[in-house]
Amino acid sequence: MDFDIDVIARNFSLLAEGMLTTLRLTSLALLFGLAWGTLLTLGRLAPGRFLPALAALYVNGIRAVPLIMVIFWIYFLLPVLSGAQIGAFYSALVAFVLFEGAYFSEIIRAGIKSISQGQLRAALSTGMTYLQGMRYVILPQAFRKMAPVLLTQSIALFQDTSLVYVVGLMDFMTASAMVASRDGRLVELYSFAALVYLVISLAATFVVRRMEQKFKA
Amino acid sequence: MIKFDKVSKWYGAFQVLTDCSLQVEKGEVIVVCGPSGSGKSTLIKCVNALESYQSGSLTVENIEVGAARTDQRKLRQRIGMVFQNFELYPHLNVLDNLRLAQMKVLGRDGKTAADVAVRLLERVGMQSHQAKFPGQLSGGQQQRVAIARALVMDPVAMLFDEPTSALDPEMVSEVLDVMAQLAQQGMTMMCVTHEMGFARRVADRIVFMDAGSIVEAAPAEIFFNAPQSRRARDFLSMILPR
Amino acid sequence: MNYQWQWSVLIREPYLGWLLDGIKWTFAISVMAYAIALVLGTAIGAARTLRNSRLRQAAAVYVSLLRSVPLLVQLFLWYFVVPEVLPEPASHWLKRELANPEYWTTAVGLGLFMSARIAEQIRAAINASGAGPGNAARAQGMSTAQIYRHVLLPIGFRHALPTLTSELLNTVKNSSLALTIGMLELTGQSRQVEAYTFKGIETFTASTAIYILMSLAVIFASRHLERALEIPGMLSSRQKD
Repeated sequence: MDFDIDVIARNFSLLAEGMLTTLRLTSLALLFGLAWGTLLTLGRLAPGRFLPALAALYVNGIRAVPLIMVIFWIYFLLPVLSGAQIGAFYSALVAFVLFEGAYFSEIIRAGIKSISQGQLRAALSTGMTYLQGMRYVILPQAFRKMAPVLLTQSIALFQDTSLVYVVGLMDFMTASAMVASRDGRLVELYSFAALVYLVISLAATFVVRRMEQKFKA
Repeated sequence: MIKFDKVSKWYGAFQVLTDCSLQVEKGEVIVVCGPSGSGKSTLIKCVNALESYQSGSLTVENIEVGAARTDQRKLRQRIGMVFQNFELYPHLNVLDNLRLAQMKVLGRDGKTAADVAVRLLERVGMQSHQAKFPGQLSGGQQQRVAIARALVMDPVAMLFDEPTSALDPEMVSEVLDVMAQLAQQGMTMMCVTHEMGFARRVADRIVFMDAGSIVEAAPAEIFFNAPQSRRARDFLSMILPR
Repeated sequence: MNYQWQWSVLIREPYLGWLLDGIKWTFAISVMAYAIALVLGTAIGAARTLRNSRLRQAAAVYVSLLRSVPLLVQLFLWYFVVPEVLPEPASHWLKRELANPEYWTTAVGLGLFMSARIAEQIRAAINASGAGPGNAARAQGMSTAQIYRHVLLPIGFRHALPTLTSELLNTVKNSSLALTIGMLELTGQSRQVEAYTFKGIETFTASTAIYILMSLAVIFASRHLERALEIPGMLSSRQKD
């Protein structure tokens, strides 16, 4: 069997562009996903019955459905429902924010719960509103505690972006697949793709471990 | 029966035990005491090879514990151990807790194992709790079951690692009573404990450790009335009621 | 909104048949993959708690590798790359003889992927709850194999039960990746029906509902299992003194 490593070098710019898209998607999904997740958590912890129930319904509902399904919903059906045409990138972004936001929400919720009730009571007793207490006292502490878990989930998000393959968005995965089938070099390209994801994920995991140790110290 | 000869142990660069020498005769009851971090638990854990040692010699019935040839599993079958946190098997009821090692390690059949178990549960006063699970028992009850669990193996010696330190005060005496009975019946025992009243009543000799070495080892009467070393004197003055 | 609703498309043949087929394959893939994952994951997870450092390190490498590559890439590796790089008799068998290669690729690929996750859950459970009783078992002279079989694994499993349930749910969701290698499970078939009928909303609503129902069924079954395996006083706060 002949192994043509050169095919990677020849298509390097295409693959690099794909990776750029992957990284753009990952970072934007991360940013908005965390924001959405935080809002969801605040909703779940809000007083009253309606808001928490709604938030819980959303989180549990979306976690019961495959990510591919969510991507299909946004990509195929949102344009039909809204009449607007959104490109593949932004459909994917919306899908990821909606999906990963739910997971982030669960992590943040666990983090907030792990901060003692007394802290919030102390804040409220000095006259802060619920939202102020959350913003200045609880959330900063919770985020510091949950940082490693959030980062690990981010690495998972980075890997999940490969699924945009199913709607043909030209990220690193789709680019690799395209080159693979176009040049007939499946083994080389898919092995290369695996290696790239491996190196990036392992490096990121290593950084997270180091951070964890620093925080413990 | 148990002989320590200049036993030393290191955790990396840190020396935990320094040249410990001690001889325990058959039927003797030894209490090991001392401040936190003095190496008391480590010392007794070397006897059943739960901890290893790097230099010196430790023999149990003339078998060198640390020798490569020694079958440590067989050694552990002959020595019973009771832990500070009881460590009963939470997923098994009391009877099965006592039967497990009998059946799997000693090869006894289910019926024999059950008979031995019930006999020993009677000895510690827990026979009516056979069908209960550890989570349903109080601390004192769990520890008594743990003692029975060690005894079903017919050990030649028993090791106790701070057996009452995790108990609420009102349950301490029920466990110490069982241990005292055991001592009276002639069991060879090494106990790490802070219970000086028990030590005074039951122990043959007290071994006082500090910073990894055996500072003083004397018969109980002598130790409590006229401790030789200054460190032992300081320790006693802090721990005994005024 | 310019959309003609037509819910009846869901119960018309051949579309209904396609969807049912999809459900069947989702089920078949998930069950096989989870079985592989559970058996392998338990072994690897237990290995990661061993004292013997060589086995433990090998297990750690296994978990690290499988969790650092996206599932999609792993499936492609199994489907496209492995049959090419294996030596001759195996390679030929994979390419020509194996019946339904898409199914087996997905089941094995997904099974291995999930086994790494389960290994982590089992490892955490054993470390959290088994250390003490494990020591007691060692002090009684049990062999390593006996300690795992009679003490560490039974305790670890009970502790890990909630997370093992969520891994089953994850397996069901991840089975949807099979569509990328042409194995049309539920999501794949929904897309297929949508492509033919243009009634995407009805179709996807139906399959979303089915996924939610499957999740509920798994959660329900697992609650029952938890209750059946429950040991009084262990884990729960239902302590009787």
